[in-house]
Parts: sequence; structure tokens; C-alpha cells
Amino acid sequence: MSRILVKGNEAVIKGAILSGCKAFYGYPITPASEVAESAAINFPQIGGTFLQAESEVAAINMVYGAASTGQRVMTASSSPGISLKLEGISYAAGAELPMVLVDVMRGGPGLGNIAPEQSDYNQMVKGGGHGNYKLIVLAPNCAQEMCDLTMLAFELADKYRTPAVILTDGFVGQMMEPVQLPEPVTELPAKPWAVDGTPETANNLVSSIYLEAPVLEAHNEKLQQKYREISDHEVRWEQIYTDDAEIIIVGYGIVSRILQTAVEAARAQGIAVGLLRPITLFPFPVKRIQELAETASVFLVAELSNGQMVDDVRLALDGRRPTKFYGRMGGSVPSPEEILQEIKKLNNDLNKNGN
Amino acid sequence: MAKEILEKPESFYGEFTRKPGANPESTHYCPGCGHGVVHKLIAETMDDFGIREKTVFVSPVGCSVFGYYYFKCGNVQAAHGRAPAVATGIKRALPDSVVISYQGDGDLAAIGGNNIIQAANRGENITVIFVNNAIYGMTGSQMAPTTLLGQKTTTTPRGRSAENEGYPIRMSELLATLEAPVYIERVAITDAKHLMKARKAIRKGIQNQIDGRGFSFIEILSACPTGWKMTPVDSKKWIEDVLSDYFKLNVLKDKNGALKKEDTGITKSKREKEVEPTKKEIMELLGGTAQTAKVSFPQTDVTANYLDPRIKIAGFGGQGVLLLGQLLAQSAMMSELFSTWLPSYGPEMRGGTANCHVIISDKRIGSPLVSETDVLIAMNLPSLEKFEDEVRPNGVIFMNSSLIKRKVERQDVEPVYVPATEFADELKEPRVANVVMLGAYLGYTNLLSVESVLAATKTVVKRKELFAINKEALAKGFEFGRAKAKPKKHKEEVL
Ligand SMILES: Cc1ncc(C[n+]2csc(CCOP(=O)(O)OP(=O)(O)O)c2C)c(N)n1
Ligand code: SF4
Repeated sequence: MSRILVKGNEAVIKGAILSGCKAFYGYPITPASEVAESAAINFPQIGGTFLQAESEVAAINMVYGAASTGQRVMTASSSPGISLKLEGISYAAGAELPMVLVDVMRGGPGLGNIAPEQSDYNQMVKGGGHGNYKLIVLAPNCAQEMCDLTMLAFELADKYRTPAVILTDGFVGQMMEPVQLPEPVTELPAKPWAVDGTPETANNLVSSIYLEAPVLEAHNEKLQQKYREISDHEVRWEQIYTDDAEIIIVGYGIVSRILQTAVEAARAQGIAVGLLRPITLFPFPVKRIQELAETASVFLVAELSNGQMVDDVRLALDGRRPTKFYGRMGGSVPSPEEILQEIKKLNNDLNKNGN
Repeated sequence: MAKEILEKPESFYGEFTRKPGANPESTHYCPGCGHGVVHKLIAETMDDFGIREKTVFVSPVGCSVFGYYYFKCGNVQAAHGRAPAVATGIKRALPDSVVISYQGDGDLAAIGGNNIIQAANRGENITVIFVNNAIYGMTGSQMAPTTLLGQKTTTTPRGRSAENEGYPIRMSELLATLEAPVYIERVAITDAKHLMKARKAIRKGIQNQIDGRGFSFIEILSACPTGWKMTPVDSKKWIEDVLSDYFKLNVLKDKNGALKKEDTGITKSKREKEVEPTKKEIMELLGGTAQTAKVSFPQTDVTANYLDPRIKIAGFGGQGVLLLGQLLAQSAMMSELFSTWLPSYGPEMRGGTANCHVIISDKRIGSPLVSETDVLIAMNLPSLEKFEDEVRPNGVIFMNSSLIKRKVERQDVEPVYVPATEFADELKEPRVANVVMLGAYLGYTNLLSVESVLAATKTVVKRKELFAINKEALAKGFEFGRAKAKPKKHKEEVL
């Protein structure tokens, strides 16, 4: 089959259309704008809707409205825009609306810059908005996955009736790589809960209000049960050279690509290092990390942030193994050579302690 | 109030069982509250028009947040101020439904001010019911944007002052300045005469939507006896004497009749395609079938030093360095190799310089960032100065010797001086200097076949009329590069 050379941001829209997504509502922001621009080209061609909203707040609420009708719908933005969307995201989680949100992360806080960072981990994976909710968070590291994981996001969002996120960064979004388009999804799941303007759904209600404490508590319990189910069934990761690894390095998104190059170089020098790349950030590969701790003696987490995912690795390890952190911020990206230095340092320390 | 809705319209639930508490007969509204009356007018219209089952009611945050207790139709509850945005999403998904967006004055004129202006300005084919009671009812009588000067609320305990809080906003007048809305009217629900007018206005607003005419907005001056600390009777009198003196009851806009259906609203006709596209059509429009038959390009024999290159291409904006990179990545892909292309983006581009990183390999590519550079293609002097030191020992630097007058300073790299701009000028097309450079790179290293690059050019360069000149430029560069290439024995030396 033939492949096409596309930007990660464009691959997202290809995946969305192949998933039967029919509407895109967004507001321009670098480095996510190509997602909206591709949507503006493609959605009208399939009889769908593209609308540039007046703000990210409006966009997420338009998505909320469209999702209420049962339509597959999405939005995309970058960090500051995501901050604005959080109230709406919380409403969608509370009202159990499936939708796909794309966050092409950039440097912060504040206006920061447009270079890649991974500092939205907490606001996407840990909630960010108000209330006891979680989002399914997928972290692609190449253009192919920008397409494939977008398709998976639509599937999981519908399956669990919850918003799903593509958490990526400026590099993966702007990078061009070959992509093989999967077959279009032809059968979409039924949504008997939706409000779609038909007699069958005229008694349906999309809402996140539960006035009485016991009722809201029960609703929250139901949500937590759903999140447990997601944790039980939807964990995804990739690993390279982990079997005999003494050192495990953990990274997601663009960082995992840099780590891969560094790990290959370290292996060539005889260092027993392996890479674990979480593909789902929620659910987090807790069990896999615990299994790796049985053979590995030290973990190194690399992120383009002040250390956000590292908390989850530490929680998973629960003190069983030392966990080091290597972070860069502000759009600075480490080279594979710099990571290799870190690996070497760790390896030297291990050997010293071992002696 | 409770009396007024005794004869319930069909579009209300018989019993309000969604309402918690013991009394499913009555509403949750205070005695004398205008919301219940407005609800009833809407429900009666739904009955009369026979649209209950295709109506979607969007309730806001405010006292009417519980609209779904009453309306026996599809209900969607929206975040504070966002009902017009939510209604937009619903209506665009369901063009044949009737979407009623219902909002209070805090919701619509304060927190959601921009959302209502923009929905009106887009001419969304929805009906907006705006209940103006000059106060925040739900949260305990705070000031609204519509609170009158001097009016006491819990957050204007000394009365609203123009100096501190500004003047009450007349939303209907404001929206009437926009081009798109088809119908805007302000009514009140005090006596029978006004009720009749309000009923007519609501019916007209909903009929407009059914006819696909576009955005209708009905502002209703409505009592909040609790917030105003008045009896229901005094409240009605206050609306008549005071509130409607500032907010004049009037038709602010009525484009009915003057408009053709196609000019208004976001009806289905605005969409480019009505039918579901087929699988094949989808693949086609996404570019998935662009290269159907697998093409085999001639194998090239590449010296080890030039294999799996990590390439950095730099120049000033307009020299086509990004395109050069894309051509490389595209032809590598077409030659069944892995490739990545990473641009510098954003303000970096605006400074006038641009660069991109390209990696080509027969193995899956890790980092797409080029830090240690195997090949630098420098189109101008700043690029050479910036990146010369990053080139690894034995790496290659291709530089545009037409524009860069100095030599490469490094002694441990292979410099190749290509007069790319001069060649392009000879072809009378200065823009193809990048393709000359690409040709030189390929001629020198033999990395990819000329055929694959020509095929890539067909895909990447959208303007077909440029193909011939690009082909010429490529050939010229290629010939030059080949002539400069090290004789084969160099291969053994390197190995
Ligand atoms: C983001 C947000 N801010 C504030 C509130 C609190 N709040 C609820 S209703 C309301 C005002 C409603 O007033 P209005 O729109 O005039 O409706 P009324 O209650 O008078 O019918 C406010 C401020 C909220 N729910 N959400
Ligand atoms: S507080 Fe005012 S608006 Fe709210 S229900 Fe009571 S009277 Fe109606």
C-alpha cells in the first residue's frame, strides 16, 4: 500500500475523518493550527462541519453541543487554549460525552513560547479542570500514530463515554513522516443516550448537574468505576531492549524518539539500558513498570517539563527502585548525545555501587 | 405562578419527576417568577407547531438551569454563558431539529457576552430566548449587566453607579447592529396584552428557525420578585414603569420577507456535500490513493559515509529550504526508506531564516532532530556560520557558493561548493536554486535515484507548470555534483 508524507497535525485530521468524525470546532494557536487548517479543507468535503469558534471556550462548548447529539466531534489546541477549555472538558466528563481533544503542547507558563514542551501532563492526565474526573490520554510519537491513535481515541471515547485526548507536542505535530492510511471505519456504535432531535430521544437529557449529595456521590462512583475499567483494559506501551536492562528510561511523545536513539547508542557501547514508552498516559502502565522493577535496578524519567510524569513512575515504583529525573523546559530539547551522557553517568554509578 | 401552568401544554411533562423533593406538580421557581410564564409560552408554541419531538432545549446556568424538569423534549444543559455555543454545535449536527437556547441576563450578557454576539453574527439558525430580570437570581441577587443605575443588589449595596459598574447593557439594540440576525424583539410579560405580544414574538422566532431563516432573538423583561425584594404585583408594576422605560419594548430588527432562505442560517444547503462519501472517495480526498501502483526506483550504490544521512538544510526564507527537505523526505519514502522532515517553525521563520532537519534511513528513525549533522546544505552565509560546527568529522557541507564568498573553515569535513544561484539564474528561474542544490547533493552522494526525486517533485510541487524547469535544475545540479564526486577508491579509504 502506498504511503503519504504528512505532518503529524494533518495526520490527526486524516485519522479523524477515517473514524467518521463529522465536525471540528477550534481556535487558531501555534503549533496546533495545522490541525484546524486541515479540518477546514477536509470536513466540508465530507459533508461535515468546520467552524472557527470565537475562542477556545466557545469551541469546547460547541463540541459539547455536537457530542450531545451523538456525532463524532473534535477540537484541537495548544497549552494556553487547553487551559481555557478546562471548564468545558470537566462538563463533558461529568455529562459523559465522548469527544476527542488534541493538545499540541507548547512552552509555558503564561504565553511562554511556541516551542515544544510536555508541561500539560498534569492538566490533561491529572484532571486540570474541577471535579473527580479523568480523561483517556494517548501520547503518539510519530505521524503514523497521530493518525492511528486519533482513531483509537474516537473508539475509546465512544466505548467509555468519556473525552479522550491526543497529548502531543510541537515537534510531533510539525514533523512530516510517511503515513499509511488505515481503512475507514464504517460502522459507528449506537448512542441511545444522545439527544438527536428524534421522537426516540425526546426524553433524553445531557447534563452534569446532580443536586443532591447522595445522587452526585453515586454519579462520581460510577465515573470512578469507569476509570478503573479503563485502567484494567486499555493500558498501552512500547518497550525496546528492556529484557535484560539494568537501567530503564521512561519517556513519551517526542522524547521517546530521542531516548530511542540514545538507548541504541548506549547498547552499542555495551550498557544494559532499555526504554519504556507509555502510549497511554491515563491509564498509566503501572503494572508494567512494577514488572520491570523486578529486573532493573534504576529508573530514569526524561520529560520536557519540570517533572510531571515522573510522579506517576514514582507512585508505581512505591520506593522500590531509585528514580532519577532528567527534565528540560522552555522549548529546549535534549540531543540523544546529552541523554547518552546521563545514561553513562547512571551506569558508572551502578558499577561503582556494585563493586 | 403555579396556577398559571395548571393547564399544562403537552410539551411539558405531566409530572415534574426530574425535580427532587416531594412536590412534582409545582415548578422550582419562586411565586411571581417570570421564568415559568416564559416556559409556558415556549411549550405552547411547541405544541401548536407540533415540534416537541424534534426540539432540543438548551438550558443555561441560572434559575432556569432546570429547564429539563419541565420540557418534554431533548434537553442539553450548558455551562454558564455558553448556551449559544452549545446550541451551535447541536444545530450544526442536527440541521432539521429546532434548537431553543434559553438564557438569563447574567448568563447571556456578562459571562457569555461574546458567545451570543458571535452566534448572532454567524446567523446561527437557532432561536434565543433571553430572560432579562435585571439581576442574578440563582446566586442570590447580585448585579447583572442589565441592573439599572441606582438599583440595589447584594453586590451593589449602595445602588449601581455608572462610575463603578458602567451602564446597563441593552443587548437587543447591540445585537441589532449586526448584519446576520433576522429578528430581534424585546417584549414583557406583565399584562394580557403584553403576554399576547410575547407569545407572538416567541412563535415568530421559532417559525423563522423552522423556515431556515437564521438567528432570532427574543428578549423578555421578566420579574424576579425574590431578587428585587418586591411582591409579584409590585414586580409587574416595576417592569411597566421603570424597567421598560430603560429597556424599550420594541422590534429592533425584522428582516423577514426581505430574505431568501439561502441567504440565512446555516442550513444543509451550506454544506458542500449532502451525501455520505464512499470509502473510496474518503481515501481519495485524504490522498491515500495518490500513489496506487508500487513504483520501483533504480537501486543506488552509496558510499558508506553518505548512508543514513542526518541532514540539515538552511537558508533565508524564500530560498525554498523547507521544500528541498520535503523533496528529499518524499523521494526517500517513495524509495521504500524511512524518512523524517522537521521544520523550524513560528517566529523563527519570520526572522527571515529557515531550516529543516531531514533524516533518511533504512531503519526506523529515533530522534528526528538533527544535532550531530552528517550533511549540511547551506544556502546562505548565516546558515553556514550557524551550523558549520555541528557537522561531524568526515561530514559533508554543500554550500551555495554564489552567495557565500568564503570557504568552509573546518579541515575535517568534505566541502562541496555549488554555484546554485548562478545555475538557477542561467535557467532564468532564481527560485530553483534549491533544486540545483538537491541535484548536486544526489549527484555527489548517489543517495537516491533521480527518478524517485522527479516523482517526488510531482507530488510535492503543486504547480504542475514548474515541473519542467525543476527537472532541468535537478539535472544541472546532478551533473555538477557527479563531476565533483570523489572517485570510488575514496570508499575504501573511509571504510
Ligand atoms: C463559571 C461560573 N461562574 C459563576 C457561576 C455561578 N452562577 C450561577 S447562576 C449565575 C447567575 C445567573 O444569573 P442570570 O443569568 O441572570 O439568571 P437568573 O438566575 O437570574 O435566571 C452565576 C453567577 C457558575 N455556575 N459558573
Ligand atoms: S430567584 Fe428570581 S429568577 Fe430565580 S426563581 Fe426566584 S424569582 Fe425566579
